[in-house]
Amino acid sequence: MSKERIKISEDLYDIMPSDYQDLVKSATYGKEDRGWKDIGNSKELIEQHSLCAGCPESMAFRYILASLPNPEDTVMVGSTGCTSLVFPMVAVHNIHSLFGNQNAIASGLKRALSVRFPGRTKDVVVLAGDGATVDIGLDMTLQAWFRQEKFTTICFDNELYANTGGQESGLMQKGFVAKMAPVGKLFDKVRLPEIARESGCHYVVQCTVSKPSLVEKVIKNAVMIAREIGPTYLQLYTPCILEIGKNSMEGLQEMRDSEKPTERFAYKEYISEPAKQLLAEMAAKAQEKKAAAKQLAAQGA
Amino acid sequence: MADTHSVIGTKNKKGQTFTDTWKMMNEAPRTPSFYTGSEVIKEALRRASCDVMIAYPITPQSEAAALIGELFAEGYIGDYFRGESEFAVMSQCAGAAFGGARVFTTTAGPGTMRAMENFPMWSGARLPIQMIVTCRGINSPLSIQPDTLEIAYLLNTGMLVWHAETAQDFFDWILMGYMVSEEPDVHLPLALCCDGFFVTHTKDVVNLTPADMCLPPYDPYRSPVPCMDMECPPVRMMRDPFVMKSNYISYATHASWQQEVWAAVERSRKHTIKWLNGLIETENGDAEVLIVASGTAVSQGREAIRLLEDEGIRCGLVKIKVLRPWPGEELREATKNAKHIIVPEFNVTGWLAKELKASLPRNERVHAGPHVCGGMTMPPEIIVSEIKTLLGMHTVSMASRG
Repeated sequence: MSKERIKISEDLYDIMPSDYQDLVKSATYGKEDRGWKDIGNSKELIEQHSLCAGCPESMAFRYILASLPNPEDTVMVGSTGCTSLVFPMVAVHNIHSLFGNQNAIASGLKRALSVRFPGRTKDVVVLAGDGATVDIGLDMTLQAWFRQEKFTTICFDNELYANTGGQESGLMQKGFVAKMAPVGKLFDKVRLPEIARESGCHYVVQCTVSKPSLVEKVIKNAVMIAREIGPTYLQLYTPCILEIGKNSMEGLQEMRDSEKPTERFAYKEYISEPAKQLLAEMAAKAQEKKAAAKQLAAQGA
Repeated sequence: MADTHSVIGTKNKKGQTFTDTWKMMNEAPRTPSFYTGSEVIKEALRRASCDVMIAYPITPQSEAAALIGELFAEGYIGDYFRGESEFAVMSQCAGAAFGGARVFTTTAGPGTMRAMENFPMWSGARLPIQMIVTCRGINSPLSIQPDTLEIAYLLNTGMLVWHAETAQDFFDWILMGYMVSEEPDVHLPLALCCDGFFVTHTKDVVNLTPADMCLPPYDPYRSPVPCMDMECPPVRMMRDPFVMKSNYISYATHASWQQEVWAAVERSRKHTIKWLNGLIETENGDAEVLIVASGTAVSQGREAIRLLEDEGIRCGLVKIKVLRPWPGEELREATKNAKHIIVPEFNVTGWLAKELKASLPRNERVHAGPHVCGGMTMPPEIIVSEIKTLLGMHTVSMASRG
């Protein structure tokens, strides 16, 4: 989609909703170096949301949408859960269909877009909660990776079923007492990052969303590697402050505490050999561009 | 955005000519060919300009699904792969249809049941996917034999549901089905059902359209809902997602959307009548005894009528081709003079008889049966015997014949 597509006819301009006018005026579709720093001085691709005040998931959403390398040609796939409360307010085409089938939807979608738009980039990004990714949808999550489907899977890991009121999930820590785990969860947190690596993902990162610059980096890497090589997986800690008994302003600290080197959300990364090569090529190109710009600036001076 | 240039008359990469579907189906020469039902599905797909087919093995549709894979290898289908389960396959079909592709899949029996959650979602999302259902038993203990019980579960999904009798129906209806499904005022999925094995695994003479003609491609920009390809403006859909709201606006939105889906099912009626030449067909419509059936029970009914004629008993036949939309008005008209309405079915619950009883006046005329299930065949003699018993005539039971 070119940015021309969202332009408004002059005659209809004043009756369009203001958030749409803002999208036309100052969204960052097509901006090559778009990233989290655009937040605050351009129109974000997410309008208001109905998540709880202070929900780290809302931060994650904003950073991700600011960091997608190609939102004008990206389609996102969600699932049932708190994320499905946000997607209707996102200015990127997105699909909600059923609970847990997001990687199956994305498989069909990516293939359809490849058939319909040969030679053009159409990125597909899945964003779903841990219940959808690891419990009810695990089969389809893994099978898409086995088949080397070329899209990114992002899991918002809040270690429980938040939207239904805090029930045990596979990504919950062992021993945590929750609804449906009345005596504490009896088995370990499922190790999906390791499973993702063994299942054929080319780029796997586990981290929190406490640092927007980090989120930007891993999102860009994940989408570019998925576009060129094969499946990628990001597991992002977005704690449900409500269900772990924290206040609205405590989400960030919770993430900082949990990402310390000895904690369960310490930064973890796996990059396959072909993906490493791609990242190196991308870095070299960026370097070249920077040098050329510098040279140009020097000549100008 | 929408393609304003007609592709009719141009060629695809396989050298087939995109042809006006009405001309292709009704005016182009036909070649009689001796094929199994599965091969007929393949031949229909060869001419369907299908973008994506997703397959999964389950008897009795596995052969058809694999044959379409051969078409993909030959370059007739845009993409093709084996999914991991029917639930996943139907979601993959949804993803492809959301992305603007013409989509095809096949399933059967337990596969249909496993995938069931997807079907109301398909209709709600207005995805014109075509799914062949080669019906088989869904009971326990495990059965792979013909049985049409699964159709009963499809009737309330908001899908169009057609029930083919023969391989010829199948060939024509696969191609015509896309024309009905993809109309902007319909835009709904189609479950094209047949009785497994009886249609899929038997050979029949089928008149095929020329192999060098194919359907015009699907245009996703004629859809009543946006195609999810980021080729049209992405707008905020709603301020507060209705899923989380317990208020009148939320209820009214969901209610009106469900009503719209069923209104679209109704709107398919006129297109279906045009393409299929009516939702039902009748023979000896003025007879006092009428067999009303769908699928291969129609063929068995025809044989029963021949046997009864030999004994001087006049009996008529109504073949129901389309179950959704339900041909209520046509059936009331076709059965208005009948004293006895016999409904033979290949399932244990008699869902077709229930549908008929719910829509015909003086429904004591509707006789549910004979029923066979679990893979049993339905010899025409048991229909004859049922009719004679109903008429108070002496009849010899099958068992007594030894």
